[in-house]
Amino acid sequence: MKASHGCLAQFASVPALLAAVKQLRLDGYTRLEAYTPFAVDGLAEALGPVRSRIPLLMLLGGLLGGFGTLALQYYAAVIDYPIDVGGRPDASWPAFIPAALEMTILFAALAGVAGMLAGNGLPRLNHPLFGSEHFDEASRDGLFVLLRADDPRYEIGRVLHDLARLDPLHVEQVPR
Amino acid sequence: MSAPVRRGEPTLASVTDQVSAIVLQRPTGRIWLLAFALALALTALLGAGISYLLAKGVGIWGVDMPVAWAFAIADYVWWIAIGMAGTFISAALYLARQEWRTSLNRYAEAMTVFAVSVSGIFPILHLGRPWFFYWLAPYPDRMGVWPQWRSSLLWDFFAIVAYLIVSILYFYVGLIPDLATLRDRAHTRGKQVFYGLLALGWRGEARHWQRFETLSLLLAGLAVPLVFSVHSMVALDFSEALLPGWHSTIFPPFFVAGALFSGFAMVLVLGIPLRRFYGLGDFITERHLDNLAKMLLAAGLFVDYSYLSEIFTAFYGGDRYEIAMTMQRFTGAYAWVFWTTIACNVVAIQALWWARVRRHHGVLFALGIVVLVGMWFERFMLIASSLYRDFLPSSWGMFYPTLWDLAFLFGSIGLFFVLFLLFVRWLPLVSMYELRKLAHRHGGTAA
Repeated sequence: MKASHGCLAQFASVPALLAAVKQLRLDGYTRLEAYTPFAVDGLAEALGPVRSRIPLLMLLGGLLGGFGTLALQYYAAVIDYPIDVGGRPDASWPAFIPAALEMTILFAALAGVAGMLAGNGLPRLNHPLFGSEHFDEASRDGLFVLLRADDPRYEIGRVLHDLARLDPLHVEQVPR
Repeated sequence: MSAPVRRGEPTLASVTDQVSAIVLQRPTGRIWLLAFALALALTALLGAGISYLLAKGVGIWGVDMPVAWAFAIADYVWWIAIGMAGTFISAALYLARQEWRTSLNRYAEAMTVFAVSVSGIFPILHLGRPWFFYWLAPYPDRMGVWPQWRSSLLWDFFAIVAYLIVSILYFYVGLIPDLATLRDRAHTRGKQVFYGLLALGWRGEARHWQRFETLSLLLAGLAVPLVFSVHSMVALDFSEALLPGWHSTIFPPFFVAGALFSGFAMVLVLGIPLRRFYGLGDFITERHLDNLAKMLLAAGLFVDYSYLSEIFTAFYGGDRYEIAMTMQRFTGAYAWVFWTTIACNVVAIQALWWARVRRHHGVLFALGIVVLVGMWFERFMLIASSLYRDFLPSSWGMFYPTLWDLAFLFGSIGLFFVLFLLFVRWLPLVSMYELRKLAHRHGGTAA
């Protein structure tokens, strides 16, 4: 038999999906994934501890963009090519702020988008789940739980038994 | 009880099928083809204009001393202002948790991206030697010089670049889950590959959604101050100059109000036909149009207040040049431009106080057009009336547009509609995953 990516079960409703995830966590499964057509509140927390680095990344991106632009302006206007305009100071900080502000926002946004994509492992061209028969529904109204085959508790007989208890619409083994 | 946000009993599947069918199943349609042909023809006119301008120079426009800024700058400010409202509607209403935004944000964001892209053409072409536009960017060049950091024109360059990139990111990130839906529903190989590549492999895992939502919230939080700062920079292009009528601290907030005003007008002008021709009445309901009309009125009153405040300040300040310029606006050679602006932006919008007007789609559409026309005239009025008579009578002079000036204005409208019509055909008009979230919240878990 071909190596398996995991076992995919579809559920009929959001409460059923949340209950199933909580029960499977209690059973001791750790490599659990849940797929939904919209962001379900509390689902990510139910799957395990979550830590988001996106806010920190965006803060760092913004700081880099802002202070980087200030530094660039200081270098250009004070060190590399100072121009004396009627004795005014070369480092005209108030005039340096607009460009720095815009670059703060731009770099924060770029860092955030890059962080979201990298954190989610995107972009990727293919994924074992796309080979599944029912998975197309995950972007319409399908609610799925995936038990990954690399879970230490993963043993197909036990998995099928544990899933069957939770009253799924159907269960499917996804080839790798 | 106000009208519902969404009519009928929506389910996760029904909202998905209804919106994705517009892109995947609906035939192209004669009205779309007709509109597209017209928009393409106008774009060809713009293309001809740009080619001629590159060959001959900005002299093909009517600009000359003393009115060295005219149509192109008015077009630029007009377009970038329209481009402010999409992000503002989307982001500010998201932060304010206004559920009704869900039906509007997608096409409003698309409008933003296209309007900002179109606007960027004008300042570049206006440079005189457009092929050197990259000199505005700071990079270690062989000439050993840097851009002038203290100039509002440079701030404007940074603002446009930042806004264009951030609004594209904001639009695209919001599209990713919907592109995945189209990928999964597409039946032809070509569409599967097209949407599959654009969807970047999105699968909708719970933790992916969580990062996605965190990012959406933070991007919205960044986008609102960005909108205000970008249009303030546009205003600083004027107020950093010393001309009467331009050199004023009211310009940044005045311009931001004007931007939201014309942007809401464009959202109405695009939304009403979309609703009619694409059967979006279930999504864009009476309540959306009513809310938009109220926001249009509110933004319009801010603009009207700014007009009054400008006039008051001129007389209260007692500066003879400011007073002369204000009187020139009322009675001078361009008085008809001023009074057209007042008729459109002050008088006409008062009709929106009446609920009956806000409910009549034809009238709302017409008022949207009136406001767009009025806002274009306002920009032209602000530019021309300050330039054509400044401090020295010996340097007074008139501006007369050439046919090319008109070609660039209407050509840019054509280009905008080419982009928007392609968006209507290829991308989902309404955010499906947000509709699904709403359907779930209001209809329980009907799956």
